[in-house]
Amino acid sequence: MLAIEGLSKRFGGVQAVQRVDLQVRQNEILGLIGPNGSGKSTIVNLVTGVYAPTEGRVRLRARDITGWAPHRVLAAGIGRTFQSIRLFGGLTVWQNLWVARQAQAGAGRLRGWLAVDRAGMKRIEATLEFCRLLDRRDELARNLAFGEQRRLELARTLTADPEVVLLDEPAAGMNVAEIEELRDRILTLKQRGKTIVLIEHHMELVMEVAERVAVLNFGEKIAEGPPARVQDDERVREAYLGKRRD
Amino acid sequence: MSLLTLFGFRILLGLSAYVVILTGQISMAQAGFYALGAYTAATATAIWGWPIVPAILLGGLVGGLFGFLVGFPALRVRGLFLVIATLAFTEIVRMVFLNLKYTIRVGDRTIGPAAAEGFRGITYYYENGWSALQIMAFTWLFVLAVLAGFWLMDRSRAGAVLRAVGEDELAAASVGINLTAAKVAAMAAGGLVAGLAGALYAHYATYLSQEEFGALLATFAIAYPLVGGTGSVAGPIAGVLFFSLLIDGLRFLGDWRNLLFGVLIIAMMNLRPHGIIDVGLVRRLRALLHLRRERAYAGD
Repeated sequence: MLAIEGLSKRFGGVQAVQRVDLQVRQNEILGLIGPNGSGKSTIVNLVTGVYAPTEGRVRLRARDITGWAPHRVLAAGIGRTFQSIRLFGGLTVWQNLWVARQAQAGAGRLRGWLAVDRAGMKRIEATLEFCRLLDRRDELARNLAFGEQRRLELARTLTADPEVVLLDEPAAGMNVAEIEELRDRILTLKQRGKTIVLIEHHMELVMEVAERVAVLNFGEKIAEGPPARVQDDERVREAYLGKRRD
Repeated sequence: MSLLTLFGFRILLGLSAYVVILTGQISMAQAGFYALGAYTAATATAIWGWPIVPAILLGGLVGGLFGFLVGFPALRVRGLFLVIATLAFTEIVRMVFLNLKYTIRVGDRTIGPAAAEGFRGITYYYENGWSALQIMAFTWLFVLAVLAGFWLMDRSRAGAVLRAVGEDELAAASVGINLTAAKVAAMAAGGLVAGLAGALYAHYATYLSQEEFGALLATFAIAYPLVGGTGSVAGPIAGVLFFSLLIDGLRFLGDWRNLLFGVLIIAMMNLRPHGIIDVGLVRRLRALLHLRRERAYAGD
């Protein structure tokens, strides 16, 4: 589905990502973990066109989308959320989703701007319902509580109906109940046919939902496989806990 | 009457900056678009003998075309750099008109842009015997059309998209908004409206001098929406009223006026940092209206 081939990114003297290969299969949940600064978010930014890679390719269903602008990457079928929430604070909850429909209604075409988009309205309502935000639809995004803002960001991403969803630390700052709700929501998305890449520090969540896990350290992929096996991998333990001094 | 006409030009100029500010860009190019619209429309009526309506529209189109052209390089810079770059554009336009000579002789009069001497003989209104009331009504026809257009845009997805770009470009791009299209469209729309304003102004003023179209005019253009508020089209109007009342209403204070002018602007920025009519006020007013409507229904 989504193929990352030999992807590298260098910022000045810092090699943020180094020759990473990653295959995401259709309708799977892939966990992407690693210590802070290991290059997880950089990979999301490379895939979604925020940064251009120094080397390597990104393919979606064999179509080369390397270096495409973010709005084209979304139109191709890859949506993402941000590690630090990035909402349109001065717009209402409803408007946050409404602008996200733009890509579907024909971005740049006059008809897409002017036509009344009934299918879109229905979709926005359903998405708000799914993310438990329907009763907050007229509130300004900046006035929402933290957990609600996280849900709104997910809702906004889902509005454009991407096939692949990249979730960048969606559980950060959430309490136990909220994380459980998030877990159920991720599993429902999988049932609905979405392909999900989950970048997360919350190991319990990753181990519960991910079918495969890839581990990054210092920009390199050091392990990949089923959660249980990856958890027992010596290099992964070293990356997270440090090397034992004998 | 003439004050109302002047309000019309200022409101159009403020609206032209407003649409650009929605996308998070601060443009000092509005004065340049205004000058281009003014000189173009004046040339069309005074030299080419065009009727007034096509001449005004041509002024708007030329402003819009230059807005479109300025929009592309403007994508590469932001913040203060954009301010400087767009101010440079306004100065270039001014320098071109300082040196442009394209005149005709009608009897003993010289008509057209005569470099440093300015553009004389824009006498369409005078020749056709328009009254001050007619000029005011004609100007406000355009003001109301643009206001209605922007009001509709604000309520449509286009308005929300422009605001989203202004709020967070990266997030906007990641939800599928084409940043280039949104920002260039806003700049072109701003250029069009500023061009219209300039075209109308030229015929009201009858004489143009490039000195009028410099940094001060550009500053006022962005000050109207910034002080008035960018929450809705009412913002630039409030800004125009605020500044016009200050400029014209405090004349009796003599030299003290400038001092008070500065103090009042600083006070406004402190009291209402998001403008006189900000998003919060718009929402409260809207809620109030809805409440009234609901009460009216309840009373049935």
